[in-house]
Amino acid sequence: MQQASAEQPIAVLSADALSVAPRQSGAGLAWIGRGFLLALAALVVFILARNLLDNPRLFAQIVISGLQLGFVYALIALGYTMVYGIVRLINFAHGDVFMVGSFVSFFAVSRFSLHTWPAVAFPGISPDLSTLIGAVSVIVLSMIVCAALAVVIERVAYKPLRNAPRITALITAIGVSFFLEFFGALNFVFSPRFIPYQRPFDVYAYWIGAQGIGMVTPQTPAPDGSITFSSIFVIIVVASILMQILLQWLVKRTKIGKAMRASAVDKPTTRLMGVNVDRVISFTFAVGAAFAGLAGVLFAIAYPSIHTQLGILPGLKAFVAAVLGGIGSIPGALVGALIMGQAEALTAGYISTPMRDAVAFTILIIVLLVRPTGIFGEPEREKA
Amino acid sequence: MELGFLLGSVVKIVAVLGWLYGLLQVMAHASRWVKIAGIVIAFGIIQIAFSLRIGNQAILNDFDAGLLFQACTMAMVALGLNLIYGFNGQFSLGQWGFYGLGAYAAAYVTYKWFNDRTSSALFVLLIGVVLAGLVILGLRRFLGRYYNLPVLSAFTLYLIGSAAAAAVAVFAGNGIASIVDPLFGTKEAPGLLSSDVALQVVFLLAVICAGIFAAEVSFLFGLPVLSLGSDYFGIATLGFSIVINTLMVNSDTILPFPEMKGGRGMIGIPKLTTWFWVFAFLLLVIVIMRNVIHSSVGRAILSVREDETAAKAMGIDVAGNKLLAFVIGSLFAGLGGGIYAHYIGFLSPGTFSFLAGFNPLIVVVFGGLGSMTGTLAASFGWMFFLEGLLRVLLGQLGTEAPTWRFVLYPIALLLLMLLRPQGLLGKTEWGFLRAPQVKPRPPANPTSDARPAASIAPAAR
Repeated sequence: MQQASAEQPIAVLSADALSVAPRQSGAGLAWIGRGFLLALAALVVFILARNLLDNPRLFAQIVISGLQLGFVYALIALGYTMVYGIVRLINFAHGDVFMVGSFVSFFAVSRFSLHTWPAVAFPGISPDLSTLIGAVSVIVLSMIVCAALAVVIERVAYKPLRNAPRITALITAIGVSFFLEFFGALNFVFSPRFIPYQRPFDVYAYWIGAQGIGMVTPQTPAPDGSITFSSIFVIIVVASILMQILLQWLVKRTKIGKAMRASAVDKPTTRLMGVNVDRVISFTFAVGAAFAGLAGVLFAIAYPSIHTQLGILPGLKAFVAAVLGGIGSIPGALVGALIMGQAEALTAGYISTPMRDAVAFTILIIVLLVRPTGIFGEPEREKA
Repeated sequence: MELGFLLGSVVKIVAVLGWLYGLLQVMAHASRWVKIAGIVIAFGIIQIAFSLRIGNQAILNDFDAGLLFQACTMAMVALGLNLIYGFNGQFSLGQWGFYGLGAYAAAYVTYKWFNDRTSSALFVLLIGVVLAGLVILGLRRFLGRYYNLPVLSAFTLYLIGSAAAAAVAVFAGNGIASIVDPLFGTKEAPGLLSSDVALQVVFLLAVICAGIFAAEVSFLFGLPVLSLGSDYFGIATLGFSIVINTLMVNSDTILPFPEMKGGRGMIGIPKLTTWFWVFAFLLLVIVIMRNVIHSSVGRAILSVREDETAAKAMGIDVAGNKLLAFVIGSLFAGLGGGIYAHYIGFLSPGTFSFLAGFNPLIVVVFGGLGSMTGTLAASFGWMFFLEGLLRVLLGQLGTEAPTWRFVLYPIALLLLMLLRPQGLLGKTEWGFLRAPQVKPRPPANPTSDARPAASIAPAAR
């Protein structure tokens, strides 16, 4: 080839010039991709609309189960979004901290009957109040244990790698995640089996419909055409929204929140302003893990069977939710999580149950292609 | 007995690593005949060790053979991952998914051929792979005319093209199979296609097609996903592994492959993998890998890892090189999968769960990112040490041994990351894998520069 071109340079040059020159802008072809997405969206809308018209009651039921999932994901996603916002690390171990939260509450309830301590300590107390205080103390215990665990993880595994390449820390995060899963699977820790979860309080089902609202009992089943929901659904929604408000207050109104926001923008400058950035990062991990612990308890109460790999998929989906909402944005985490919950529930209900895990990653890819900063995300600044 | 076993295991690990070192050294020799002789001898040493007996025990017994075969497939998969992650800097967790894809694709072809005595799967895969390859290459050439083409549009076109190719392949493959199938003959009078030679040829074709199939899937998947950025790419590829595993579990319900038996596992795959095939494919992968890395393409791939902006400024097609590394890496994974399926004879989705998918990552990290020698040595050392030695040692502990292994892996990984992040072997390369010594060229003819200059023009996205 080289030889030939040396002998006949003119002919080869002109041929090459012809094959290279006519490049046109491909921006005009954007409609192909957009059309593909629109067709996909139209298909989804068609499936949903047909099913909604077919059986509105079932549809509402699925939406409720999606909301329940979504609010749990929202709690987990808060931890991801805060940690990623500050240290730019996908904290893989977060899902396993969530798992530890449910196990801590399991041991507190089943082994140590922590939820009955008010009734034992104050025999005269009313049973409702006793259940309330007992359940709250179980939840608080889980949150504290999770927060402590996350701080330990951060100090041992992430802090020494703060200045290493980001991927190094990511591999460490995977290592920590593995360690928690399989250390938990040892018999003297949690055991590798699925464990039936004993709830710290009883869960009741209610129905709501044209006839009003009432409790579902064996004697009075839900009337036709009504929608049922459980008390844990209400608790999850309320707790999740409360925590969102608490976190907004913490980040926007308090001094440590200001330090968190400053660290997220520029760590060296924040350090120059006299802020102990390492402590801020530890605090961020602790707060995120406490929310994950709460989510773990509520998730276990809602779906009462726990095992040591419980946290992997909810963790990943919550991360996708955080990305979808705009990573680093707290309202974004809630919105993203609600969308993820609906997507999962509707996929499971109407398209294919096993593929409900696939839809999360499809959404992730589409969102990152169409709007890489997520719904509430601010555009990424180019950093030196 | 225990001490003897331990000592034997250590000797085997050292011997296998020494064997690898010798093989790579002799392949670096200048003379072609020495190279060929060395490769044949390296093949022969292991082959003899399988059959030679000391007392009543073979030097390498069946257990060791299994470890060796799995170490070789692991080496293929991990080399692919090292190309993607170590050399190109794209953090992929999807390698195990492509491995599984290759394993199931190859196993299905030989299963249908061997058990159902039909060539339909072979022809569908063969035609599909070739047609989809042609469509992708053609489209790439066509789309090369445009710059600033949105990724989504390109992806849509490739997807439509590949789907059309697949549809044609199913139609044509079944058509050809219905013509060819009578050649199988009956049980009493076996025909031409029932012979062992035909089975070996089908096996070879199946493994190669499975590799290319995995590569084509990785092209379609990588095209949109590689533009996401490294963290998100990691999560998306992890998602790919999970989706592939879900499809495997439901292969008889969602997918129309009742022979794969979903979560129960696919049994009855003919065990055709011999040491010859393992060795041949491993050698193929090593040679491709080494030649890619030490070529201009390899330097472009490396430059993308070092600094994307600078690479782009030098006129390197960043997106194209990422995609190329991803596709080649997945090709290796697919080949490894095909080999593995025919060694083990039984495929279950549990083998390809995404938790197991971290194994090649651990191997690559241990061996050292961007070190082919490290990956090879770590694959062999990993299998023999962790799967062989440690399993037996921990077996003394009782039933919890497998869990303990998975407790120890992450601790080792953590310590490695904290103490020696460049991997055990760092950037050392043995013999053949080292950059070849290039003789200085004669002074260039000024007119002959025209061609290379033109070919540097950015390729299609």
